[in-house]
Amino acid sequence: MKNTASANNNHKGRKKYDETSLSGTFVSVMIIAVFMILSWFSVFLLFLERN
Amino acid sequence: MHIHRYEKLWLIIGSLILVVFLAILAIQTFYLEMGPPSHAEMMDPQEVRESELFADAELTEIGDNEYEIAIVAEMFAFQPGDLEIPAGATVHFTLASPDVTHGFKITDTNVNVMVVPGHISKVSHTFDEAGEYLILCNEYCGLGHEFMANTITVN
Amino acid sequence: MTHITDVPIRHKGKAVKAGAIAGISKRDSRLSIANLSIAFIALVIGGAAGLLQGFVRSGFLELPSWISYYALLTAHGVLLVLVLSSFFSIGYLYAGTSRVLGGLADKTVAFGWTGFGLMTAGTVIAAFFILSGDANVLYTFYTPMQANPWFYVGLALLVVGILLNCVGMFITYQSWRKRNPGELTPLFAFFSNAVFVLWVFASLFIAVFVVGMVIPWAFGWVPTIDPMIGRTMFWAFGHTLVNIWMLTSISAWYVSMPKIIGGKVFSDSLARVAVVILVVANVPGGFHHQILDPGLSVELKFLHVIQTFMIIFPSLMTAFAMLATMERAGRTKGVTSLLGWWKILPWSDARFFALIVAMLAYIPAGLGGIINASNQVNQVVHNSIWVTGHLHLTVGTTVMLTFFGISYWLIPYLSGRKMTKTINRLALAQTVVWASGMLLMSGAMHFNGLLGSPRRTANTTYNGHSAASDWALYEMLMAMGGVILFIGILLLVYIWIQLAFIAPKGDTDFPIGEDYNKKDASPLFMDRWAIWVALATLSIAIAYVIPLLDFASGNSPGSPPFLMP
Repeated sequence: MKNTASANNNHKGRKKYDETSLSGTFVSVMIIAVFMILSWFSVFLLFLERN
Repeated sequence: MHIHRYEKLWLIIGSLILVVFLAILAIQTFYLEMGPPSHAEMMDPQEVRESELFADAELTEIGDNEYEIAIVAEMFAFQPGDLEIPAGATVHFTLASPDVTHGFKITDTNVNVMVVPGHISKVSHTFDEAGEYLILCNEYCGLGHEFMANTITVN
Repeated sequence: MTHITDVPIRHKGKAVKAGAIAGISKRDSRLSIANLSIAFIALVIGGAAGLLQGFVRSGFLELPSWISYYALLTAHGVLLVLVLSSFFSIGYLYAGTSRVLGGLADKTVAFGWTGFGLMTAGTVIAAFFILSGDANVLYTFYTPMQANPWFYVGLALLVVGILLNCVGMFITYQSWRKRNPGELTPLFAFFSNAVFVLWVFASLFIAVFVVGMVIPWAFGWVPTIDPMIGRTMFWAFGHTLVNIWMLTSISAWYVSMPKIIGGKVFSDSLARVAVVILVVANVPGGFHHQILDPGLSVELKFLHVIQTFMIIFPSLMTAFAMLATMERAGRTKGVTSLLGWWKILPWSDARFFALIVAMLAYIPAGLGGIINASNQVNQVVHNSIWVTGHLHLTVGTTVMLTFFGISYWLIPYLSGRKMTKTINRLALAQTVVWASGMLLMSGAMHFNGLLGSPRRTANTTYNGHSAASDWALYEMLMAMGGVILFIGILLLVYIWIQLAFIAPKGDTDFPIGEDYNKKDASPLFMDRWAIWVALATLSIAIAYVIPLLDFASGNSPGSPPFLMP
């Protein structure tokens, strides 16, 4: 597995497992952040409306 | 311990979102007095029914379209019964339980408070829209729990 | 049996297979099997009670006079929330700890069996009084409602049994540390120890409450009880229980998932940090169940809201760690596109599929939790069926699907059998059935709750009031979800029977991801639990000293008992 890892590094030269890209992870957590904001504010607005 | 820069970024963004939520909640709670009902006053549950505050309580006008009422939440009814008020009225509810823990919830409003024996709960609401609101007990209080409900009619 | 810890850590991936041939010693495996058996029985009975509740609430069914809706609801809560989760966590964590620490200590096994005996006896006693209709108090048993006193004795035995299991776990953990000075405990053992530390905190609250206050009052030796102290002690226990399930579940996400997908543990040290924050900050979280209680000041409530929000932080870490584990596994297999690594995950492996669906369910579950804890916003949802929907996403989906996923390797691991392709396919189907049933039921519950429908009630027609008539549709969807879920339980029972008794003999691996690489090793002090326990105690003190002193010194008049029914 280690061989494939280093073979597939398209950035600068040899990279180990630890240094592979995490941009997909970052995009995914940002999607969670969007849901976090949307869900909270929708119930918050309901709270304001019923007050 | 090594933290990837994206992880740092995510933890900062995530925490900031939480801080914003908390800030909004804090401003409402401490500056706009919109905090959750938190009245602190005690009363022996065995004396609730005979107490000056709760015995024969009825809806009383205390100001310009402003009312107060003391309600006993007991197995399995709210006493006194159904209420009627004009639109735009502000009602201050005072509640206590002579038996077990009850809940006091008015649908389509934020009125939602626990009535724990030994403690007096207070909650207020301004009823702007006309209609028949359902008041229900939302804490399990025994085998007749589902029958514990009243209405409040806003004209 | 190969002593796994004898093998150099860097080659752990290989050591796993060598160790798995011998598997787990018969002695340790029997203890786990016993615990898991009770958990499974609890799931079946508790699940059946849940199904009937859905029918009653939606008006499809009227119960015979000898049993009430609330008896079923009490059974559902106690059996699933308390019995299933405790027996499963013990069975699973004992087996995994035995696996990574090379067997359980002699004393641990003794404590384990004694604890198991007490827990089982307690469960049988409590279940008897619930089903005989003498304990219609729900699993929260809010005083001054009163059940048959022996119901509480049953609960107390269950809790004492759990405490003995905690002692058992600590013995094995500490003896490993003594035998391996200067070495970090394996991540799984660290998780396991954390769960049992939380069990101690949780159990102490409930034990003091039940044994010190409720039992004397229930037998009539003491005339009154303070309901507020009861609520506070209960939720100190109750919400800790939530984090016990979560921590048990995420141990599989952090430790086993990487191995299953052919990756590595993302970061051993960050995993331990997340665990430690959960343990330290967890207990005060219980207070957000009391945001609408009288007698607690607005300032105190806000302090607890902040403390509850602190528990969200480790979940943010977990979200990142899980995604990063999967992305890196994909990258090492040559995926270069931004999100392409999602596609090559082993979706057709039921162990992974159950875990990933559990993780996805944790996103809305967690988001709902943030809303619930949001101080005044809690008024919108408190005690509405939204909350029931929330806990069916957390425990019902996230935790249960993780437990199911774990069982797909744990049962064959213990029974010395192998999962076949057919069982794997059935397990995939089970996951889909379970997730869709929960999506339907829990989704309906969330919307219904926002419309105002209350939780914990047998009937929501309220004399045909117009507000209540909007709820009928959702009540029906909830019941339909319940039917799908019960099919899920039947499927699961079939799979378990196959894995335990019928599947072909063979060696199944208990997947343990590669622990850590040198660069990312946690400092050794992470294993010094005295520090974390002290910090957790401090955090509990900050949260609870003021209100409990307040209640205790407030000349509370106290409440006499009200027998249910």
